[in-house]
This record gives sequence, C-alpha cells and structure tokens, in this order.
Amino acid sequence: MSRLDPPRVSRRSFLSLTSLGSFFVAMGTAAVGMLRLPNPAVLPGPVRRIKLGPPEQFPTGSETPFADQNLVLFRDDDGFYAISSTCTHLGCTVARSKDGFACPCHGSRFNSKGGVVGGPAPRPLPWLEVSRAANGDLIVNADNEVAEGTRYRV
Amino acid sequence: MAETATQEFRRNLGELPEAVKDSCFRLGKEPESEREESQATFHNLFLHIHSVRVHVRTLKPTLTFGLGLAATSGFLITLVTGVLLMVYYKPSTDLAYQSIKDIHFTVSTGRFIRNIHRWSAQLMVLVVLLHMARVFFTASYKKPREFNWLVGLGLLVITLALSFTGYLLPWDQLAYWAITIGSNIANSPRELTDAVGITKFFDPGGFQKRLLLGANYVGQDALIRFYVLHVFVLPLALVTLLGVHFWRVRKDGGLAKPEDAPGGLAEWGGERRPVFQPLATKTYGLMALVKGQRPPVNRGPENTVMSWPHLFWAELSVFMVTVAVTLILAFYSDAPLKELANAAIPENPAKAPWYFLGLQELVSYSAFMGGMLIPMIVLIGLALIPFLDRRPGGEGTWFGTSQERSVFWQSLFFSCAVTVGMLAFTVNYGWLRNWFPNIHQLWIIAINPGSLFVLIFAAWSLFILKRKDSVRLAAVSLFTCFLVGFTLLTYFATVHRGPNWHFYWWPSQWPVH
Repeated sequence: MSRLDPPRVSRRSFLSLTSLGSFFVAMGTAAVGMLRLPNPAVLPGPVRRIKLGPPEQFPTGSETPFADQNLVLFRDDDGFYAISSTCTHLGCTVARSKDGFACPCHGSRFNSKGGVVGGPAPRPLPWLEVSRAANGDLIVNADNEVAEGTRYRV
Repeated sequence: MAETATQEFRRNLGELPEAVKDSCFRLGKEPESEREESQATFHNLFLHIHSVRVHVRTLKPTLTFGLGLAATSGFLITLVTGVLLMVYYKPSTDLAYQSIKDIHFTVSTGRFIRNIHRWSAQLMVLVVLLHMARVFFTASYKKPREFNWLVGLGLLVITLALSFTGYLLPWDQLAYWAITIGSNIANSPRELTDAVGITKFFDPGGFQKRLLLGANYVGQDALIRFYVLHVFVLPLALVTLLGVHFWRVRKDGGLAKPEDAPGGLAEWGGERRPVFQPLATKTYGLMALVKGQRPPVNRGPENTVMSWPHLFWAELSVFMVTVAVTLILAFYSDAPLKELANAAIPENPAKAPWYFLGLQELVSYSAFMGGMLIPMIVLIGLALIPFLDRRPGGEGTWFGTSQERSVFWQSLFFSCAVTVGMLAFTVNYGWLRNWFPNIHQLWIIAINPGSLFVLIFAAWSLFILKRKDSVRLAAVSLFTCFLVGFTLLTYFATVHRGPNWHFYWWPSQWPVH
C-alpha cells in the first residue's frame, strides 16, 4: 500500500467522520463565541480627568498628594507636573519616602522624579498630562501619560 | 379464611417502618457474612466507588496518613459552611464588608461558621500539598497512575484558585489589594510585550486582566466575577475532577502498593497467609480478571480485608480527625477581617495569605517571571514527572528504591543552602536594578533570584541524573528542591519581610508609623 494507493474508506465511515467533525467544529465555535461574553465591550470606570483647583493654591516648590486619585502634583520653577502614585509593578499605591517613592507591596523604589531605583518595577512612575479647565482650574488627565520632564506653565 | 383488604391494610400499616427501612437499605440489617458486607458496599451509591476488599498494606496509616481523604473532608466542610455563609453574604462592593461584619458579630454561630470555613480551606491547601508530596515520595504516580497525577495537579490548582477567590470576597483591605495585585499579575505578560514593544499588536496580559476585572479598575464587576468563580464555577470543577480522581484510583487498582511476594506464602504483619494460586485448568469469571493476575475465588485474594467495615472505619476516623482539628482551630482563632477596602492606601506591608507568600517573594523580583513563568514552569515540570520517570519500582513504599533517602537528604541540604544563600545575597546586595539603574527590563525578567532558583535546581537534578544514573533519583532531587524552595520562601516572606518589603529579623522590629 503506498501513498498513491490509499486504503478504501467506506462511504459509511466517511459520512460518520465528517458528521463527527462537524459536531466538534460547531461546539468549538459555540464555545469560542460564548467566551466573547465575559470579555467586556465597554470598560466602565470613573472619569479620570481630575480637577485639582486653581493654580495659586499650589505655591512654587510645593508638592500635593491627591490620595483618592493616586497622584501627586508638584510645582517647581519650571511649572506644574503630576506623577502617578500607582506602582508600575503590580498596581499598589506608592508612598512618599525620604528621597522618592516606595511601594509597600513588593519593595519597588523610585526617585522623586518617578525613575526606578530599585525593586521589580518595570517602568518609571508615569507623568500625567496637566492642563487647565475653562475656569482656570488645573486638570490632570490620568489616562494621558506625558514624557518625563514635561512641565505645564501657568 | 383469606385475609380481607382491611386486615391486609392494617398489617401493612403495622409493618410500615420495617418496610420503608427494607426499601432504603436492601440488606436491612448489619451485614454478617462477607457476602453481605460486599453487598453493603456495592449496593450503596456512596460506597460503591470502593472495592469490596482492600489490601491491608493500603490501610496502614503510615502509607498515606489519610491525606487525600483529609483534603476531601476539608472540602466537604468548606462546602457545607460555604453554603451557610451564602445565606448572608452579599456580593456587592457596598454591602460585602458589612455583611461579613454581620456574619461575624450578629448572625448566630456566624463567626464560628466563618472561622470553620476559613480554617478548613487553609487546612485543605496544606493537606493537598502534603498529599502531593506523599504520592511523590511513595512513587505512586507510576504506571498506570500517570493520568491521576495530572488530575491531582488540576485539583491543586483549583484548590489554590478557590482560596484566592475566597479571600477576595470580604472586600476588606486584603481583598482589594489582593485583586489589584492578582489582576496585575494576569496583566504581567505586558512586562515582556512592553519590553520588546509589541503590546499594541499582541496583548495577552491586558486581555487576561480585562477578563478577570470586567473593567479597567477594581470594583463591582470584578467582585461579582470572583464571586461566581468562588461559589459555582470552581467548586463544580473541583467536584467533577474529584470524581474523576476517585474513579481512577479505583480503576487503577486502588492505592499503589508493592507487589506481594510471588507464589507460596506471603508475609504480612508477622502473620503468614496463604496466597491464592490460580489453577491452570480452571476458567475464571470476567469479574475476577479485571485487574491483577490472581483472581479472588471462594476466598479473598491474599492480604486483603473486607472494605466494610475496615476501610470505612478508617475513612470515618480521618474525617472525624479533620473535623476535630478544624473545630479546635476555629474555636481558638478568628478569621481576620481587615479595614474596609481603601483604594488610596494599601496596608504596609500588604501580605497575601501564607500559601501565596512564597509567590509574593518571587513576584518581588519580577512580576512576569515570578507570577507567571515560574509557576507555569513548576506546574509543567510536575506534570511531566510520571511521563519522564517510567521505570517501575518503589510503588507504594516511602523512598522505595535504593538511595532515594540519601538523595532526598542531599537535595534537602543543597536546596536549603542555595535558597538561604541567595536570599541572604539579595537582601544584602540588592539585585541588577540597584547596580545598573538603566538596565533593560528584559535582563531583570530573565535574571533574577527566582529564575536562578529554577536554573540551579534544574542543574542539580541533571547532576544527580548523570551521577546516580537514575531518572527516579533525578526526579526525587528536583521535587525535594521544589518543596524546600516553596517552604523556605513562604517562611522568609512570612517572618522576615516587613514594611516596604524590607528585610527584618522579626516583625517586632518593624518601624512604628
């Protein structure tokens, strides 16, 4: 028996095999289709554009933590910048330490500009976009990351 | 004179209790002969998974320590207490915490039942791990039990998943930050995809996180998903696999045990029993020939006793011991409930329950390596054991083949030294990021204490393989390293990790805030 001379497949077993195959294809497709349900089409979540208040409230050289929003607002001579306080490792909230930030969960450490100096964090703490609302209040958009060193001048 | 219908009715009425009992229990009395004891076993839905006779060796407590049964007992206890807790628990971020407080402080026996639930769950994790170690060191995974070893691994994973989804439900600080960390571990393949810059096109991490949380933050959607997993999906999966597990134990010929001495006389417990020898001229029935070479005819096969009552007494005792231990623990120690979940500040340190602390230590080196790759490597490694170590021998005996015991002790000392040394080094000198602040993340993922543990242990096992020329001994060395690594990391993270995951000799030295 060679490849050119395959064994005869009876009509009956051919038909049973194809119908069995179609059964598995149908069930497989249905299973994949059902798995689409738990994959959310819309991601519900709180608004991440946060009004922080009028710029005068934050004097030059100040740093203001917004614990509920998981960010810290800084103002230096060059302007405003906001650093997220959500650890880039596994999402715990970092706390201010002597010379930067420290994560309580797995020991990541960051300098005061958010750069990683130790521990498992894969990325620096993100700098967030700062802008102003129509009434002049500062707004941080926590969904928009900006390059480190970006300042917002008032 | 024939009985009238009225008389018949009155007689039936009088015999009612007896008739009902007979219909429920076919035997209707305590079995007196071996035949009736057999019937008592296989006429009962819940008992007929047992064989009618059981080998005395497998009844010996020091073979199994009843661990598998203790794990099952733990599961039954969590099942019953879990259903009770569901009566009051409300899976909503606004109500969950209060409902646990209600259960703890207001509901009659609520606190006790919650404590039992929690302690039996913790015991179950411990006992399942010990059961795995027992099966390994008695070589009970060998042919024909390879598949059941895999089923057991599945049960281990489900047990851990049940525990994880369970401690999330109170919506306290532990719960909230555990979901946060857990879902970010699911997200951690991004560490790799980010490092090579393909997250935009291929993002399995983000997909897994979305599937777990149902949102891009930890809230109601996540809680209800974990609730459904905890009270329905995972228990159902566990019961199903447990059924397969038991079925296979029975079909693979009961617990693994050494072969009886061939022919003539077998010795057991100082007593010499005649061994059944099949007659070459006799044909035996199909039932006698399902498993084994020596069929039971006229008398039980050698060294077996009736399951009823011997095995059932043993099983009941293990169950009672498990219940007793659980009750004592639950009576003296309350299940913790931390403060209400606070998205702004995690606890410091934020520690998982003990069985995940080894993992937390690994994750503190690299989320992707420690949280996903190493657990996967370990699981795959464990799954491969029965398929790579196929030479029969040592089944049903602790450290059954030659040199196993010495390789066990050598591996124990070796892996202790490696683990302690590596932890001491890491604590004192830091790791790559401390020395080269700008190092590429790929290096951190690839080379960290966790991945080095795996490499060194694998190398040790290969060394044993070469030196001792035995696959079983290589497996013993690797499994011992795994057990020691797990235990020491768990201990280390429990006792020596404090605020900001810094090293402290004792929790009493933690700085006071």
